[in-house]
Amino acid sequence: MQPKEIFLSIIYLSEFYMINFEKFTLKNGLRVIVHHDESTPIVAINVLYNVGARDEDHSKTGFAHLFEHLMFGGSVNIPKYDEPLEKAGGENNAFTNNDITNYYLTLPVQNIETGFWLESDRMFQLAFSEKSLDVQRNVVTEEFRQTHLNQPYGDVWLLLRPLAYKVHPYQWSTIGKEISHIQNAVMDDVKAFYKKFYNPNNAILVVAGNVETAEIKILAEKWFGPIQNDGENQRNIPKEPPQTEARLLVTENNVPLDAIYKAWHMCGRMDAAYHPTDLLSDILSNGNSSRLYNELVKNKKLFSDLNAYILGSSDEGLFVVSGKLVKGVKLEDADAAIIEELDKMKNDEIDERELQKVKNKIEANLEFSEMNVLEKAMNLAFAELMGNAADVNEEGKKYQAVTAEQIRETARQVLRPENCSTLYYKSQKL
Amino acid sequence: MTTQDFRKTHPQSKAIETMSLVEPEKYLLDNGIPVYLINAGTQEIVKIDLIFDAGTLLQDQSLQAQFTSKCLIEGTESFDSKTIAEIVDFYGAYLKPSVTRDDAEISLYSLNKHLENLMPVFAEVALQPTFPEHEVQTMVQKLRQEYLVNMEKGSFIAQQHFSPLIHGEQHPYGKTMVLGDYENINSQVLHQFFTRFYKTAGFKIIVSGKVNNGLIKLLNRYFGQHKVTFEEHVIENLTNTPSGIPKHFIEKGDALQSALRIGKATINKHHPDFLPFMVVNTILGGYFGSRLMTNIREDKGYTYGIGSGLGSFKHAGMFFIGSEVGNDVTEKAIEQIFIEIEKLKSEPVKAEELSLVKNYLLGTFLRSADGPFALADLFKATLDYGMDMRYYDTFLHTVKNITIKDIQEIAVKYLQTDQMITLVVGNPVN
Repeated sequence: MQPKEIFLSIIYLSEFYMINFEKFTLKNGLRVIVHHDESTPIVAINVLYNVGARDEDHSKTGFAHLFEHLMFGGSVNIPKYDEPLEKAGGENNAFTNNDITNYYLTLPVQNIETGFWLESDRMFQLAFSEKSLDVQRNVVTEEFRQTHLNQPYGDVWLLLRPLAYKVHPYQWSTIGKEISHIQNAVMDDVKAFYKKFYNPNNAILVVAGNVETAEIKILAEKWFGPIQNDGENQRNIPKEPPQTEARLLVTENNVPLDAIYKAWHMCGRMDAAYHPTDLLSDILSNGNSSRLYNELVKNKKLFSDLNAYILGSSDEGLFVVSGKLVKGVKLEDADAAIIEELDKMKNDEIDERELQKVKNKIEANLEFSEMNVLEKAMNLAFAELMGNAADVNEEGKKYQAVTAEQIRETARQVLRPENCSTLYYKSQKL
Repeated sequence: MTTQDFRKTHPQSKAIETMSLVEPEKYLLDNGIPVYLINAGTQEIVKIDLIFDAGTLLQDQSLQAQFTSKCLIEGTESFDSKTIAEIVDFYGAYLKPSVTRDDAEISLYSLNKHLENLMPVFAEVALQPTFPEHEVQTMVQKLRQEYLVNMEKGSFIAQQHFSPLIHGEQHPYGKTMVLGDYENINSQVLHQFFTRFYKTAGFKIIVSGKVNNGLIKLLNRYFGQHKVTFEEHVIENLTNTPSGIPKHFIEKGDALQSALRIGKATINKHHPDFLPFMVVNTILGGYFGSRLMTNIREDKGYTYGIGSGLGSFKHAGMFFIGSEVGNDVTEKAIEQIFIEIEKLKSEPVKAEELSLVKNYLLGTFLRSADGPFALADLFKATLDYGMDMRYYDTFLHTVKNITIKDIQEIAVKYLQTDQMITLVVGNPVN
């Protein structure tokens, strides 16, 4: 049966501060988004697969990421992914996190079809080889060592995640719980994972550059249209129950300085409280004028660095405060000083100028984050995954609408002692 | 079912069209300071770089140039540290001082609409800093602690020790530092450096982004009115005196991987062979499909990543290979690295590989010239050598015309393995 062309085009017109785009869906469910930008000879192609470390089995963790490596090991018609792309003047990479696996490439626009050929072939059918699996198990093992074990404080998230999450699969990092999970991966696992998740109806394709939607429709239909869905991705991820008691883990390691990590449960990416929570972290820690830096690094000199930030994950995430202590300062005192600053957020009014400051910063950062076609392509893909690509142009407004009272309310909701997991990371050298 | 045979055919790659880069518009402020203007881009943002001849090369004691740069934003005649941070953050801007071996830069990133409000602070930071002692000491504490953490990383230790081995410890690029050097930093030391290399020194300005009318006038008001002198500094000990010992080992007992550096001193951008050498370097280790990556990561799985590079500095050049490899395969990895270097010298490169690398480099060039800030970076990279955008015409000409024979000749001429120095930081295996 020939797939029949059905295009539901929605056209969003460009305005100042806006990313214009058009969107259509292929019959097999692949969503395609096209952004037109005449200012560049480069085109970006971004393929987002809706699968991440949260979709893994608890006894086979690190798999989504290992699989990302295998996606470069060749597909049925293309023995080496990188070679034809480099020949066409292109470059590519990919990343995996707890929610998604994202593949992206850029190349001169006249060779755009090479990009379609490459990305569609590995969505169509991977060429699994024992050699490729063997090598990538070793490469990922070295990556595990390089990024998580052979780095001072590199294992923090291997400790903090299982402390904060008892049920939800966010309790393990993308790299996996332990090296043995990667070493034990076998070909059958790999094939099953591919069948289940690497399907057109579980992916979003974004093309950004000096391209016309009509031309992309033809290319998408030709290369991605015939790919069948042969798996069903029904998510059934358990919800993390509310935390009712403060948790503390103390660990010692061969590091030069004591450090502290505090994580509170917060809402998911699509919750209305997301934007106030993000601004709450900005007031505390975005820039040298922020509260934590001024009070605890510069005035009280308790920390040499201190940050507050959120993990903007799809499901309920974490609000994190982390810092390294000045030598001689006690962990308990440093902890109490953090709490004192956070209490001010709950109890005192937030100055209007301070609120305006973090909003201005958001406005500028949105501009800075749309500097090239690849950044715009990724932003569109992620917004589409979260519900609607058009939201990429709504983010600014959502932040601007946040009130001081909402931020204070968020602080009261999130920054409760019983909602917090604390890790004291002690230096053995002291 | 659709036949999928069409996937077997690689879409025809088209020749990559490249273009000459337009020279920036040049203006002179009243005091003779040159402004180079790159008016491009789609976003209402602008970046202004002030480039001073004040790199680490010129310092009398270690850390002097770095701290002078870092502390520019820690207090001026009219603004204290906190006020500077408040103003910069309030307007959503970034004010970033940075320093390299050859230069010091102060960069302002801003939305166009806020530029006028930021200029008074920007100008004072560059021309009238006061280096308050308590701010300097806070910075010392902060950076000293960062240094302690970095010294736990094998790759950082390797980086610290490699330059002295290559250039010699008397060479300004080869000087080492120790923890105790932090104690010798104070306000006076920074004032001295500032007075010599910033205060009345001639500097250069590069502006990039969507530049509004009136910006030159604004720059003239803030940066064009004080008297400056353009001075060529005399640098001593510029002869490379590499270590006579070919192999060095630094023990790091708890390391799970060895940090590896192999390299030698070589030509810089002034030399006509630099660009052909760059193509040779790309084949060896300059991109994902390079010979080192293909052999040592993709075939053997010894590492997460390996690469080679060609560093150009004002007064020297360096060729280097870097990787982090499993302790147990360190020797094997080194052996393979030298096998790959020898191969490049003894066997002509295959036409297909060379053609791939040429296309890859042309595509990379297009990517690196994409957007106003990227163009500014390209331009800046030529300024130190008294060159301009025509340098990239030479680059394109070299890439398009280099032959198989050239590649082998250049490899033989510059990759003398008997002059290479190997440094391993890690755990001794036997």
